[in-house]
Amino acid sequence: MTAHILDAIGGVPRPTTDTVVEATEVEKWFGKLHVLKGVSLTVRRREVVVIIGASGSGKTTFIRCINHLEKIQKGRIFVNGHLIGYREESGKLVEDKERNIAKQRQEIGMVFQRFNLFPHMTVLDNITEAPVKVRGVSKDEAVTTARALLARVGLSMKESAYPAQLSGGQQQRVAIARALAMKPALMLFDEPTSALDPEMIGEVLDVMKELALEGMTMIVVSHEMGFAREVADRVVMMDDGRIIEEGTPDHFFTAPTHERTKAFLSKIL
Amino acid sequence: MDLLPFLATTNTSFQFDVDWFIHFIFPPSPVLLGGLAITIYVSIIAQAAGVLLGVLSALAGMSRNRVLRSISGVYVWVFRGTPLLVQLFIVYFGTPYLLGGIDLFPNHVGLFGIDIRGAILAGIVAFSVNEGAYMSEIVRAGILSIDPGQTEAAKSLGMTYRLTMSRIVLPQALRVIVPPLGNEFNNMLKTTSLLSVIAVGELFRVAQAANSASFKTFEAYFGVALYYLALTTIWSAIQGVIERRLGVSQAGAQGASFWSRMFGFARRTTGTAEVEVPSSGGH
Ligand SMILES: Nc1ncnc2c1ncn2[C@@H]1O[C@H](COP(=O)(O)OP(=O)(O)OP(=O)(O)O)[C@@H](O)[C@H]1O
Ligand SMILES: [Mg+2]
Repeated sequence: MTAHILDAIGGVPRPTTDTVVEATEVEKWFGKLHVLKGVSLTVRRREVVVIIGASGSGKTTFIRCINHLEKIQKGRIFVNGHLIGYREESGKLVEDKERNIAKQRQEIGMVFQRFNLFPHMTVLDNITEAPVKVRGVSKDEAVTTARALLARVGLSMKESAYPAQLSGGQQQRVAIARALAMKPALMLFDEPTSALDPEMIGEVLDVMKELALEGMTMIVVSHEMGFAREVADRVVMMDDGRIIEEGTPDHFFTAPTHERTKAFLSKIL
Repeated sequence: MDLLPFLATTNTSFQFDVDWFIHFIFPPSPVLLGGLAITIYVSIIAQAAGVLLGVLSALAGMSRNRVLRSISGVYVWVFRGTPLLVQLFIVYFGTPYLLGGIDLFPNHVGLFGIDIRGAILAGIVAFSVNEGAYMSEIVRAGILSIDPGQTEAAKSLGMTYRLTMSRIVLPQALRVIVPPLGNEFNNMLKTTSLLSVIAVGELFRVAQAANSASFKTFEAYFGVALYYLALTTIWSAIQGVIERRLGVSQAGAQGASFWSRMFGFARRTTGTAEVEVPSSGGH
C-alpha cells in the first residue's frame, strides 16, 4: 500500500472542531444493571484512543453510545460539537428525532467485531449503498470512490464477490472501506480482529495502522497491545463501567498504577 | 351376507360419463374459462394485497409505538381466530347493516374504470384482510430471522428506519418469507372456492351449476378438482423457480424441491449441488 487510504475519500475528513468526541459523566443502565457509571472521555482531532478492559466492563456499550446505538440515561456525548441522540429541553434530555440521529451517524463510522456486511450485496454495492442512498452521491462517483478504497485495502479483485465468498480478514477490510466511504470524521472499532483467525489479524491491523497514521480520529476497543503500542496516542482502561486509568501506551507497558490494570495486563500480555 | 344388492339399491346405477367429462374439461366452455379467470385473478389480487397488509402489520407489530403494536396484535388475533367464511359474510352481507344501509358491494362497482361485481370485490376484500393476518406472522418471522447486526450496520451508516428496512432487512427476509408465502398462495387458489357461496361464478360455482343442470355430480366436481390441481401444480413449479432465483437454501426444509413439495419425497440429486451465491454471511 503505497498510496494513502484516505486519499480515496479526498484526504482526512475535517472535523469542524478540534475536539471530536466529548463524553461527560455518561451513565447507562440495562434495566437494573448499571453498565456505565459515569464515563468521561475527550478525543481530539487525529487522536487514536485504544480502550482496553475485562469482559463485561462496558467497552462495547460505551462506544455504541457514541453513535447512539444505545441510549444513555445520564451525561452528555458530543461529536463534532453536536449533542448525540438527544435534545436538551429545559435541562432534560429528550431523545432526538430518528432523522436527526441518522444524520449524526453519517459522521461516525463503525466497524463491528462480526463485520456485519450486507450478505445480499456485492462488495462494491456494500460500499456504495450508503453514499448513494444516504448522502445522495451519484452512483458513478460512489463507484469511483469505492474502487479507490478497495484498491487501498488490497481488495480490488473482489469487488463483485459476495461477503460469503470472502475470508474474515477480507470481510473486515471491506467493512472498513464501507465505513470510510461515508467520509466520517470519526471511526469507532469494536474488537475488529477478535473474530478473526490469527493469520488474518495482521492484514486488518495494517489497514487500521495506515488509517491512524494518515490522521483519522479513531476509538478502538482492542486488546491488540502491539497495535496500541505502535499507533495509540492514549490507552484507556475500563473496569466495571468506569475509566480507571488513562495514559500513553508506554505508561501502560512500563508503569500501570491501578491494581486491576496490572492484573488485566498480566493476563493479556 | 350379500352386500351387493343392498349397495345397488342405494346407488342410482352410477356410470362415469366419459364423454360428458371430457367435454366438460376440454375444451373448457366460456363459462368454465370465466370461472378459471375469476379464481386466478381474485387469488393474485388478494394475495398481493395480503402481502402488503402483512408487511405493514408486521412492521406495526414490531414498532416502538404501543398503539401500532396493539392494532397489529388485535388484527392478527381477530382474523386468524375466526373462520374466513364468517368474515366473508360479515364483509358482504353485514357491512350494509353496519353502515346504515349503504351497500359497499352492489351488483356493479366501478373501480379504476373497470366494472367489477360487488360480490367479487367483497371476496377480494375479505381474502386480502384475512391473508394479511397470516402474512403478518410470516413477515414478522422473516424479519426476526435477520441478524440484528445488519440493522446496526445500516444505522451506523446513517440509514433511516425506512432505508434500513427497504434496502437491508426486507430483501434478506424475503428468502425466509417466500417459501411460506408460496404455500399461502397455494391455499389462496383453493380458498377462492368460498366465493361460490355468495354466487360468484368462479371455478367451483361453475361445477355446481354444471351439476345441477346435468346431474353429472362426480364428473363435474372431479373436473374442477383437476383444474385446481393444475393451478396448484403450475404454481409449485413457478414457486420453485422463484426460490431458486432467490437462492433459498436447497438443504433447508424451506427450499424444498418441486418434487418433494408435490409428492413428499426428494428427487435423487446427481452431480454437484449448485453453488448459491447470495447466502447469509454470518459467522
Ligand atoms: N443488550 C443488553 N442487555 C442487557 N445487558 C447487556 C446488554 N449488552 C450488554 N449488557 C451487559 O452490560 C455489561 C457490559 O457489556 P459490554 O458488552 O459493554 O462489555 P465489554 O466490555 O464490551 O465486554 P467484552 O470484552 O466481553 O466485549 C455486561 O454485563 C453485559 O452483560
Ligand atoms: Mg465488547
